[in-house]
Amino acid sequence: MLWLQITEQRIATGALYQALEDAACGAVAIFEGRVRDHHGGRKVRDLDYECYRPMAEKILAKVAREAGARWEPAKIVVAHRIGRIPIGEAAVWIGVAAAHREEAFAACRFLIEEIKHSVPIWKRETYVDGSQAWVACLPA
Amino acid sequence: MRSEIRVRVLFFASLRDLFGRGEDVWSLPEGATLGRLKEEIFRGCKAGDEVSKCLRFGVNQDFASMETLLQDGDEVALLPPLSGG
Repeated sequence: MLWLQITEQRIATGALYQALEDAACGAVAIFEGRVRDHHGGRKVRDLDYECYRPMAEKILAKVAREAGARWEPAKIVVAHRIGRIPIGEAAVWIGVAAAHREEAFAACRFLIEEIKHSVPIWKRETYVDGSQAWVACLPA
Repeated sequence: MRSEIRVRVLFFASLRDLFGRGEDVWSLPEGATLGRLKEEIFRGCKAGDEVSKCLRFGVNQDFASMETLLQDGDEVALLPPLSGG
C-alpha cells in the first residue's frame, strides 16, 4: 500500500502512524524532517516550501513504487508539507512498515534521499533579521 | 517556411526571482531542442552562466535532457537545485 500526500496543512503524524499498522509487519521505520532553527550559522525564523505540484506528485509516486519494488514493504506512507512552516514542525514524514527491519530502514532511507534529490520541491529560509535565501541541496 | 511551435515555460524558486515571473510562452522553430530553448532563455541574462549550469529541466513533468525535441504545447519547467525534505 502506498499513501502519498503533498499538503498545505499541518502533517497529522498520529493518523499517518496508524496507517502503518499491519499485523504482518514487525518493523516500522519513520523519518520525520522538522524545520530547524539554524542553518549555516544563521538563525532561521521559518521556512517556505514551494513545489511544482504535478511533477512532484508524479516523481514521488515513481520513487515510492521503486521503493516498493526493491524492498517490498507492506506499507509506505509519505506526507510533504508545503507553504510556510514554523520552527519545530514537520515538513516531511515518511513511514515504512515491513516484515523485518532491514527492509524498513533501507526503504525509509531511500525515500528521504530520493525526495531530497529528485522531487521538485524548494525551500526558502527566512532568517531572524528578515533576510531570505533559497536553499540548494547538494548533488547526490 | 518552417513552422513555429509554442511552449509554456515555468520558472520556480530562485529562477522566478531572477526572471521576475513564474511563467511565459516561448516561440521556437519546429524541431527545436530543449538545449535551444535554454540558450534563448539565458541569452543576455547577467547571472545566466552560473545559474544555468546548476539547472535541471522538466518537459511535461518528466526530467529531460538537452537533446529532447520539443513539441507545440509542451510544458517546460526550469528547476533550480532542489531542496525538498
